[in-house]
Amino acid sequence: MSPPPDITDEGTAGPTGLSLEAKLRRAQRQRSLNAFLLVAPLLLFILVVFAGPILSLLYFSVDDPKLAEVMPRTAEIVAEWDGAELPGEEAYATVVEEIRAAYGDRTVAAAAMRLNYEISGFRSMVMRTGRKIRRIAGPPYKEALIGLDERWGDITYWRAIKASAGPYTTRYLLAAVDLERKWDGSIGTAPPERTIYIDYLERTFWISFWVLAWCIAIGYPMAYLIATTGRRLSRILLALVLLPFWTSLLVRTAAWVVLLQNKGVVNDFLLYAGLSDEPLTLIFNRTGVYVAMVHILLPFLVLPLYAVMRNIPASQMRAAASLGAKPVAAFLSVYLPQTLPGLGAGCILVFILSLGFYITPALIGGASDQMLSYLIAEFATRTGNWGMASAIAILLLLSVAALYPVYRGLVRGAAGFRFG
Amino acid sequence: MKTIGRSFKPLFAVAAALGVLSGVAEARDFTIASWGGSYQEAQRDVYFTPFSQESGITFLEDVYLGGWAQFQAMQDTGQIPWDVVQVETSELVRGCEEGVFVQLDWSKLLPKEDMLPDAVTDCGVGNLVWSVVIAYNADTISKAPASLADFWDTKTWPGKRGMRKGPKLNLEYALLADGVAPADIYKVLNTPEGVDRAFAKLDEVKPLVQWWEAGAQAPEWLAAGDVELSVAYNGRITNAQKEGKNLQMIWDGTVYAIDSWAIIEGAPNQDAAYAFVKFVTDPGRQAAFTKAYAYGPTHKEGVAMVDPKRAMSLPAGDNLATGLFGGSQEAIDFWVDYQEELTERWNRWVAQN
Repeated sequence: MSPPPDITDEGTAGPTGLSLEAKLRRAQRQRSLNAFLLVAPLLLFILVVFAGPILSLLYFSVDDPKLAEVMPRTAEIVAEWDGAELPGEEAYATVVEEIRAAYGDRTVAAAAMRLNYEISGFRSMVMRTGRKIRRIAGPPYKEALIGLDERWGDITYWRAIKASAGPYTTRYLLAAVDLERKWDGSIGTAPPERTIYIDYLERTFWISFWVLAWCIAIGYPMAYLIATTGRRLSRILLALVLLPFWTSLLVRTAAWVVLLQNKGVVNDFLLYAGLSDEPLTLIFNRTGVYVAMVHILLPFLVLPLYAVMRNIPASQMRAAASLGAKPVAAFLSVYLPQTLPGLGAGCILVFILSLGFYITPALIGGASDQMLSYLIAEFATRTGNWGMASAIAILLLLSVAALYPVYRGLVRGAAGFRFG
Repeated sequence: MKTIGRSFKPLFAVAAALGVLSGVAEARDFTIASWGGSYQEAQRDVYFTPFSQESGITFLEDVYLGGWAQFQAMQDTGQIPWDVVQVETSELVRGCEEGVFVQLDWSKLLPKEDMLPDAVTDCGVGNLVWSVVIAYNADTISKAPASLADFWDTKTWPGKRGMRKGPKLNLEYALLADGVAPADIYKVLNTPEGVDRAFAKLDEVKPLVQWWEAGAQAPEWLAAGDVELSVAYNGRITNAQKEGKNLQMIWDGTVYAIDSWAIIEGAPNQDAAYAFVKFVTDPGRQAAFTKAYAYGPTHKEGVAMVDPKRAMSLPAGDNLATGLFGGSQEAIDFWVDYQEELTERWNRWVAQN
């Protein structure tokens, strides 16, 4: 005979125990719901102003609807055409008919602009054809169209139409890394005078790297001083870091123009003090860009470092010294490893922020000191080529994303240092 | 417009939603967009406020800083924030072709023959002639330059030169300096050899060039001694003279163009827009505007009404004798076609040392 269930060891397995578990679960659910409601506004905010724009950015970089919207049947026909030799009479007839209609209701220009991305000059060729299309009375359309403009008999123009047929394209993304798709579908490098984007990307990284290096060289000792000196001095120094931090980026950039220009404050001082015989060129070159960017970004390195350094007891260094470590060894094995999390966070902030700099290089740099964001602005605002602007923006975004593992490595490495 | 509601465009959906929420799209006051700054202030005094007083139409102002982005946004969202806008010729032509601007009914405005021929287009009424010149600081320069070719003479003038950032204008200047006649400039540029030739000519001065982006930078640099010679908008130089700086300009090989008023398709205040465009084309007002800003009138009578002394510093008459008209159909076709390709090439060229 087995004992009654209520007197076994596992008393909690009884009906009352189950209900307690359910209660717990319900409370847990309630708590996660509350938590979710608390972060819901933030989540919504991120979706609307962060995820949304990034998705639309991705979309714009492959979206290619213009030709198919304006000349839908032409787009269909060239999509099926193999591109090996000139298309037949049907294609020509369709082009004549659709250009005629689109020129009449003033929609042809958008398609012409798209074709111009493939071959410069295609736009005016289409517009000119539109102006003269009345002269084409009837078939054969192939001869008539080539009669209007002999380039209609050139297969490269037809391949350009095929490449623009949409609705999606990889041309912008490929162009952003100096590649292009040939008519037969293979991918090759773009012609040399159009390969500029990788150069700009390299320059963007290079400038950011040097800005970071200078920030560390100036910022680390500075943070150390603020963290270890007396309260009064440390407060003053901290205010000196924070004041410019609270000033608008544009104002600080403009201030550097005033300081660095040929007859600016810095040059006046150098001449007055006899340190230089003629004004130095400090602006519209790389030097000016470094000076201004380092100044603007320095707080982003100093503040995280200071936060970490403040919590390192001064007694540790004394302990290391009393155990026989020389100052350099003590710094390298005791102090530096503990500041690495702050240094890593500061570095990543400075580097990522400088990758996206636009105003400062635009105002202080020369023509050869512009970074990727300059090209984005040029495409977005000047020519209205949002596909290209989006593609370059994605290039920049991916470069930043690629830095994330580096950051993780830095932080983990730092943790390893500390406990290892 | 045609692309609205097509597939998924989250950014625009949000923008449009915000626009509707704030009621921007509701019937709004007549809105004028021009180029901002002291220029728009002068326009306000001579044109906008008198127009409002005479017609009883209240107006709002906005600033347009060139480029195509705003018009692209209007096409994509269907939100039309402006009624009239002052544009450069290349945007005017593109906007006219793409249906962003209204095709004008000139019978509501004035007889076309009263205007300078280049100021009459399908979608725009030319309002002023502006020009780009070679300028220098007469107080500090060793010897005054006399021709465009002097800009390339680095022996006599070894100092830095200011030029406008970008390929447009500089390629034309290079060919003019290389001896190409103004009438042949775009024929030459339309060939790959012509473009190579222009870049090769620019190579000669490239090490000395400091590139400016905003029109205000050229007179500033000249006055501060940053550059010895500079390409500059003539109106900026005249303004600097008014401020007491001894800047001078030469008219040889000037490149000039016309800015026009255009009415935006689908804007709610079409009648007011026509009345406004007609008002600003009045010859007396155009002549009055030249006193505030040194840009030339487009109404033939307006040209005749300008004080002869003032006319010497305007892009008009003899000053344009050796000049190149940058607003011709072939100039516009060239730049709309090659803007992107040449900008890419320029960006690459300028970054190489």
